[in-house]
Amino acid sequence: METKTEHPKLKEIKFTLYRIFRNPSAIIGIILLLAFTFVAIFAPLIAPPKYKHRPYMMPHKGYSMTPKAPNKDHVFGTTSGQYDIFYGVVWGTRSAFKVGIIVVITAFVIGASLGIIAGYYGGWIDEIIMRVVDVFFAVPFTILAMAFVVRFGRGLDQIMIALTLVVWRRYARVMRAGVLSVRNEDYILAAKSMGVTDIGIMLRHVFPNAVYPVMVIAFMDAGSIVITAAFLSFIGLGAPIGYADWGQMLAMARNYIVGPAGEPLKFWYTIFFPGTAMILFVLAWNLFGDAIRDAFDPKLRRK
Amino acid sequence: MAAFIARRLMFMVVVLFGVSILMFSILMSFSPERRAAAFVRTPQQVKEIPNLVKKYGLDKPFYIQYVNWIKQISQGNFGYSTVAASPTLDAIKKYFPTTIELNLFSLPIIITLGIWLGTVAGIHRDTFIDHTTRIVAIIGWSLPTFLFALILLMIFYSQFQLFPPEIISNHIDDFISNNPDKFIQYTGMYVIDGLLNGNFEVVFDALKHLVLPVVTQVTVVIAILVRVMRSSMLEEISKDYIITAKAKGVDTHTINHKHAKKNALLPAITVAGWLVALSIEGSVAVEFIFNRAGLGLLLVKAATQLDIPVVLAISILLGLIYVVANLIIDVLYAVIDPRIRLN
Repeated sequence: METKTEHPKLKEIKFTLYRIFRNPSAIIGIILLLAFTFVAIFAPLIAPPKYKHRPYMMPHKGYSMTPKAPNKDHVFGTTSGQYDIFYGVVWGTRSAFKVGIIVVITAFVIGASLGIIAGYYGGWIDEIIMRVVDVFFAVPFTILAMAFVVRFGRGLDQIMIALTLVVWRRYARVMRAGVLSVRNEDYILAAKSMGVTDIGIMLRHVFPNAVYPVMVIAFMDAGSIVITAAFLSFIGLGAPIGYADWGQMLAMARNYIVGPAGEPLKFWYTIFFPGTAMILFVLAWNLFGDAIRDAFDPKLRRK
Repeated sequence: MAAFIARRLMFMVVVLFGVSILMFSILMSFSPERRAAAFVRTPQQVKEIPNLVKKYGLDKPFYIQYVNWIKQISQGNFGYSTVAASPTLDAIKKYFPTTIELNLFSLPIIITLGIWLGTVAGIHRDTFIDHTTRIVAIIGWSLPTFLFALILLMIFYSQFQLFPPEIISNHIDDFISNNPDKFIQYTGMYVIDGLLNGNFEVVFDALKHLVLPVVTQVTVVIAILVRVMRSSMLEEISKDYIITAKAKGVDTHTINHKHAKKNALLPAITVAGWLVALSIEGSVAVEFIFNRAGLGLLLVKAATQLDIPVVLAISILLGLIYVVANLIIDVLYAVIDPRIRLN
């Protein structure tokens, strides 16, 4: 008789997926994320660029400062400077993914490596690395990011560098805590006694067992970093003028939150569309990150 | 206890030393000429920049310049601010009260309301009130501060013309600057100064300007406290001593509010540092959107116009406030929970 036994790893993955998908808010998060991914991937088809060589620049007809309401040519209307809001929202999705993902991945690589090294070796290496982390933690997030942006100058790439230099601190701290909890496990000792090199142990045994808490934070950060980047763009430190970026689109709309007498909310669309896009984007990552945490949390996992 | 505080103080000094090095490195990464520009006050002086580089030793090695810089800072000299057109320290003194005033109103609300909402949500798990609190918390968590502030302005200022931006109405500002003898500015905070001068028109006007900023600040910062308070309340309620109390016939209200809540507050204190950080960051966005002349607005203006001395000075100041706040929280925590200090 043949009994079907599943590979334990496969079983674990199935169980995790089950835990993620029985949570309704997780499903909302995943649907939203998929929708945004779809928009980002098919941006050239949804909103064909006018300037082929620089698609991130929003097309604009004329230079009139007064926004125009949604119409046949511009479904979401145009914002101050006659930039097409629909185009900006679509291509802004790409900018948002770009900022969120690049910053998180770079910061993850830096923070997680330093966290593993500090936690695994301990001693003075740990002491030095973690005191540096403490120093970076001593200044609140946005403030430190602004100090770095002032150093690197305006621009989206500069913002991404500045944010990376701030975000890594949390990954290092959380990663180290995770490493400390597995460092003295028997399987690590076993690997050591078998002569596996330190790097091999760190990569193959320590990392996979200590990485989940960091991953959860990273997922949530992919959304919240976009907020900070948008704020930096909003105050004028970020994307160049006309670049498809939600923060900058909100900045363009800022002078129009008060409409003419009698119609105070006349220019609602200048805030509404980029604002909604941004809120849903962040919400999507947060819901997704929340679900991942619930799914991986060993305390909640087996009950 | 003394040993614990001493250890924490040592740690704080080390961290602050690190922060000063970090900020100084940002400063040092500019060319000596660029840094010399911070000392320039008139257009004529631009020609003298090479002399200034010599005079202030801006071409010396890192550690010498660092020592000079620290000496300057300890004497309160943070350089000249081009944005504020005054020495940086004077600018900070002028703008700081506005930021303090905002947080003086928002922090007590955040703490009391946050603890209350979290407790209630924890007690009435999975009921209407729990779900509502949860949704509000998630919205507060996902909503960018500056966007929320913009939306509030659109609704309550533009549509209903209720709560205006800025700190104070123009005619009151004129009155204050024209009558320095009738209205003495003790603290620079309009509500408190108004009360001290017995001028309730000023108090009322300043409060009207504070409503939206405080609402924004509370909504954005409170989420984390509500979440932690709720989950810690849930954990406490399921513990053995609660069951004992129930078995003894203690009424539910006493169990929840006298027994469980007290212990549930402990984990909530651990996010207090986070609340401080969020409040500091929130103030920056709030002041920028509502055009309130506080430290946050000064920081944004300085950052966009690359006024380096101000950005560094404010970063150091806010870092200092944050680190000291964390020290106080740690000590407080150790006082309440002996297990911490024995570790």
